[in-house]
Amino acid sequence: MSDYPPELRYTRTHEWIGEDETGCCVVGITEYAQDQLGDVVFVELPDTGSTFDAGEDACVIESVKAASDIYCPVAGKVVEVNDALQTEPGLVNEDPYGSGWIFRLEPADVDEGSELMDSSEYRELCEDDSDEDDD
Amino acid sequence: MVEFAGYRMPIHYGSQMEEHRCVRVFAGKFDVSHMGVVDIHGTDAGSFLSRTCVGDMQRLPREGSARYTLLLNRSGCILDDLIVYRMENGFRAIVNAGVKHSDVEWLNSHIGDSDVRLQLRDDTCIVAIQGPEAIGLTCRALDLDLQDRLEPFNFEVVSDELMGARTGYTGEEGMELVCSSRTAPEIWDRLGSVEVPSIGLGARDTLRLEAGMSLNGQDMTPCVMPFAANLAWTIDWDPPDRGFIGRKALEDARASGIDQKLTGLILEERGVLREGYEVSTKDGPGVVTSGTMSPTLGYSIALARLPRAATGECEVSIRGRRLPARIVRPPFVRNGKKVHK
Repeated sequence: MSDYPPELRYTRTHEWIGEDETGCCVVGITEYAQDQLGDVVFVELPDTGSTFDAGEDACVIESVKAASDIYCPVAGKVVEVNDALQTEPGLVNEDPYGSGWIFRLEPADVDEGSELMDSSEYRELCEDDSDEDDD
Repeated sequence: MVEFAGYRMPIHYGSQMEEHRCVRVFAGKFDVSHMGVVDIHGTDAGSFLSRTCVGDMQRLPREGSARYTLLLNRSGCILDDLIVYRMENGFRAIVNAGVKHSDVEWLNSHIGDSDVRLQLRDDTCIVAIQGPEAIGLTCRALDLDLQDRLEPFNFEVVSDELMGARTGYTGEEGMELVCSSRTAPEIWDRLGSVEVPSIGLGARDTLRLEAGMSLNGQDMTPCVMPFAANLAWTIDWDPPDRGFIGRKALEDARASGIDQKLTGLILEERGVLREGYEVSTKDGPGVVTSGTMSPTLGYSIALARLPRAATGECEVSIRGRRLPARIVRPPFVRNGKKVHK
């Protein structure tokens, strides 16, 4: 069953965003998303220093099934990418909220993020989606 | 689960990568009951197939032998690929799911005055078991003694409700069983009891692509001739007076020069080749028809339709970037090992 850490916030497109100890944002995809994608075989990481608007496609995750865009949850500048994913893309499946993180972001506007969901709202979204799958 | 040709089918039963590897090193079972089983009866069945298929099915030497062949339209382009089996009384064809009804309609429209009757079976299932251990495990699970005598592309009718063929779509050893729907669940369970895992549609696609096998609707379409689908080898040109449907168009194309081929690509940087990506070669443009990350090789492979003269290095456009790739001859993997140069 999917896992929804309460300290993270979530997008409708199944990214998560959290805050590290330095106040920087960390972005990844959710447990639910990695399960839907299947085995991840390649992550096309964004360039460090590139800037994105909220909702803009920032990178691409390729699973055995298909290529999927990953959208930036909030506007900001990429300050670090998870280079481990270059050689071990499967970390996204194994540990989506931990070692499978994708990039660190310096947010452009600290107030932004009201569009994001908390873990209970996001759980509801995923459970609704699962119900449709079961029809 | 995914909708495929009107059937709800599992892409994987757990991990697609794990399922793929399991077939390469051990064995796996595939429920491919969505495919069409067409029985062809009547005194003219053989001559009928010889004028509708690119291969001369009257040359199938005896009951128990089978051949891979194609149905073409009048323009010489591919309607479907299929395996034709020579039965005791007549023939059987296994055709692709998405076109099974249109295949039967097409074939029926060419019967004319001949004594031929077609029956698209709705009471059969097909289970494929593939992998280095597949034949032995199948025989053990089902109490069959076929493994020492069944040659590739041969089959045996075991009972009224079961036929076993040494064929497949993975580049591994294996069998395809056509059974009655009534007995299919028991066969599936007995294979499970000898630890043969279930394999989904996803691994079926990566396995066939590593094996360099074309997928109908993707690598071949009703706009593509066998020459441009790496399938010219299926055509029996002799005898010259066997007028199969599409022959005239193929001969005209051959006379005026064939300018395309379907061949293999390997990506030389990290990334994944996908259907529809544009390819630039020094002989002109081409397109990827099927692509994936090869679980066996660890890099991306593809089938691509390219200018016939193209060889060596080329470039593929992936989301605006041009990445280097190399043109290779498929298959990529056979019997678990890398075979492309």
